[in-house]
Formats: sequence, structure tokens, C-alpha cells
Amino acid sequence: MSRTVSRILPYRRPPAGHHPPNDSPDYRSTTLRHPQQPLVVIPQTLSEITGPVYGYGRIGPLDNDLTRQHAGEPLGERIVIEGRVLDEDERPMRETLVEIWQANAAGRYAHKEDTHDAPLDSNFSGAGRVLTDAEGRYRFVTIKPGAYPWRNHDNAWRPAHVHFSVFGTSFLTRLMTQMYFPGDPLMPFDPVFNSISSERARERLIASFDLGLTKPEWALGYRFDIVLRGRDATPMGR
Amino acid sequence: MLLTPSQTVGPFFQILVPVQGRMTLVSDETPGERIVVDGSVRDGAGKPVPDGLVEIWQANASGSCNHPEDPRSKGPDRAFDGFGRVHTDADGRFVIETIKPGSVPGPEGQPQAPHLVVGVFGRGLLTRLVTRIYFDDESSTASDLILACVPADRRSTLIARRGAVGTYQFDIVLQGPRETVFFDV
Repeated sequence: MSRTVSRILPYRRPPAGHHPPNDSPDYRSTTLRHPQQPLVVIPQTLSEITGPVYGYGRIGPLDNDLTRQHAGEPLGERIVIEGRVLDEDERPMRETLVEIWQANAAGRYAHKEDTHDAPLDSNFSGAGRVLTDAEGRYRFVTIKPGAYPWRNHDNAWRPAHVHFSVFGTSFLTRLMTQMYFPGDPLMPFDPVFNSISSERARERLIASFDLGLTKPEWALGYRFDIVLRGRDATPMGR
Repeated sequence: MLLTPSQTVGPFFQILVPVQGRMTLVSDETPGERIVVDGSVRDGAGKPVPDGLVEIWQANASGSCNHPEDPRSKGPDRAFDGFGRVHTDADGRFVIETIKPGSVPGPEGQPQAPHLVVGVFGRGLLTRLVTRIYFDDESSTASDLILACVPADRRSTLIARRGAVGTYQFDIVLQGPRETVFFDV
């Protein structure tokens, strides 16, 4: 086989300690699930710097509106969530897939394993998806999720949150995270949120209330930008 | 700009990824040797992880990735995208129906052994775990330069074992004596 030189521009590695450690004892489920061996450092190859960008399937025009997926509208506070997906160098991530899932306004997920004593809403399933536009912008319409109890410790409550799944330009930019709401009194008590050691990094996960995004007489607006890994300045390979 | 930090997917992501157990990356148009990987995810107590999310990314049968930065890619490949994901089933199992990938160029100009790139998410994981699936019936696996980065006594955790023709077994062990190698990449 001929030797093909692969000259690739790698993605910058996140600073040590930026992402939460998987060994976070205050979040009890991590106890049996966090790897105990050190991660093995490997160089990036074409396998890692490529990733799914084409095969997202058909995305319908209402897939980003979680209030219009059933016969009626769900109960709760209607909100618009808008933002941009960028890399660390502020380059917009165009036509990339953003997905969300969340509980309903009562804090109950439409999932068989959620047995929390709060009502289901037959007009709310809780998942949405959208492609960012040419400026990396995305928009969802939904209702504000409620907080919910989760038995991690005595009287444990998750702050209201929306789960985000983002792809970006490569396998390496893939991110799962959670968006929180400003002023939520539960955040200081939440072991998932507080597994992130840097206060500035935690602040990245808190949406901003944005009066400009608010639609008068219709919905409140929150802004939430998502920043993914950027590229190194120089290529690898020879 | 400051990177957005990771958080767990939690226990309820099935709302987004409804399909449990089996992912299919192939269609009738896909060229290549059909294979099936039977997988499992287990925790540090050896118990199944029935609420795990497994994602796969791979090259096509010619070793080309469906992405504008692959020099051999000629645009979107309608016959094979290369991405799949699935929610593990109640026994912590998953099945990947795909094709054997070709060889992707690697470091120092050397072709990599055929492999699948794997991402694992779940309740109790605050970040994604990244690993690879190699194949025990590929002669190039033993000299793969990425696999050579792994301590020799742990390499076998990344090599799928061939069973019946075209089927392989691969177990993802999150913690414990046979813990799978996970990468920092």
C-alpha cells in the first residue's frame, strides 16, 4: 500500500481541569462508572478530525418547536432559546446539528423510568432538533422545565435545565451539556453543575435572560451560546 | 473564548434517541463487507449499563471518511455516512450493523488498521469516553501506530473478537480489572 501523508490541522486540547472530572463522588452515579485508569493520550488522525456533518437526516421545519408537536400546546411558561454555536476562535459552526431534551413544566420527563410524582403533559414529549444557519445561529421554542427531585442525596433537586447535544465540525467537537437558568436558587446545591471546578466555566452554562429575544405577549427569551473546540495554528504531519 | 464545559446526559436521553439495542449504518447501496459487532457496556461492579449511549464514527470500505477534510472524499456520500448511535438495551447490550472499514491514513504516513471510533455517554459520566474498536482478524492491527500508544497489557481491551463469520464481540468496561482503554485526544 502506498504511504499517504495525511497533513491535518488538529483541534486544540481543552485546558486541564476545564471539563468536570468523571470521578466526582458528590454525584453518586459516578462511583461505579468513572474509569480508574489514566486516559491514554493519542495523536489526532483523519478518523478524529472528521465526523458526521452530512448524515443528519431530514429535519422538519417544526422540529425546533417543542410546543407544537402534539394536538394542543403544553402547559408552562413559553420561552425562546436562541444562540450561536462557535468555536474558541469565534468561528461560526454552520449547518451543524443542535438537539435538546428536557422535562415538562412540572419537572417530569416523558420517559418510563421517571417516576417522579408530578403530572405528565400529553402535549409535551420534550425533544427538539435544528440545524444552525450560516452564522451558526440556532433557535428553539419550548416551555421552561421544572426542577425535579433525584435521590442523589437527601432532598436532592436538579435545577431547571435543558439538555443540549451539539455536533460541530468533527468527532472531537461533539459536546453534551446542560443549560441552566439565571437566578435559579438550586444551582449552588447541585453536584452535577458544581462538578465543574471553575466558576467562569460554570457561568458558560447559565443562559442569559434577553429582553430583545422576548416576544411581547407571547414568550420570554433566553440567549445561550455554545463554544466548541477550535483548531491549532499549525498542521501536523509531514 | 472559553469552551462550554461538558455535563452528563443523565438517565432520560431516550426521549431524543428512542432506538434501543441496534444501530444500522448500512443501506442496500453501501459497498463493503457486512459485519455485526455485538457489544455490551458494564460498570465497575460488572453490572450492565442499560442507560448508556454509544456513538460510532467510521470510514467507508475504501478507508475514506464522509467529511470535507478527507482528501479522498468527493462530497456527501449517499451510500454510507459512517455515523451511528444507539441507547443500550435493558441488558446493557448494543449491536452495530455496518461494513468493515478500509484503512485510514495515520501518523507518519502509515495506514491505520481498520477501526471504529467510539463515544460513550451515560448517567454517571460527566464527559464522553472515547475509545476504538479494532478487529482480531486484521493482520495490520498488531502494527497500528495508535494502538501502539496503549500499554501492551491493555491493548486487548480494544480488539473485537471474531465469532461466527462476519460477527465480532466487543465489551466496554467502564471500570475495574478489565477496564477498556479510553483516550485523551
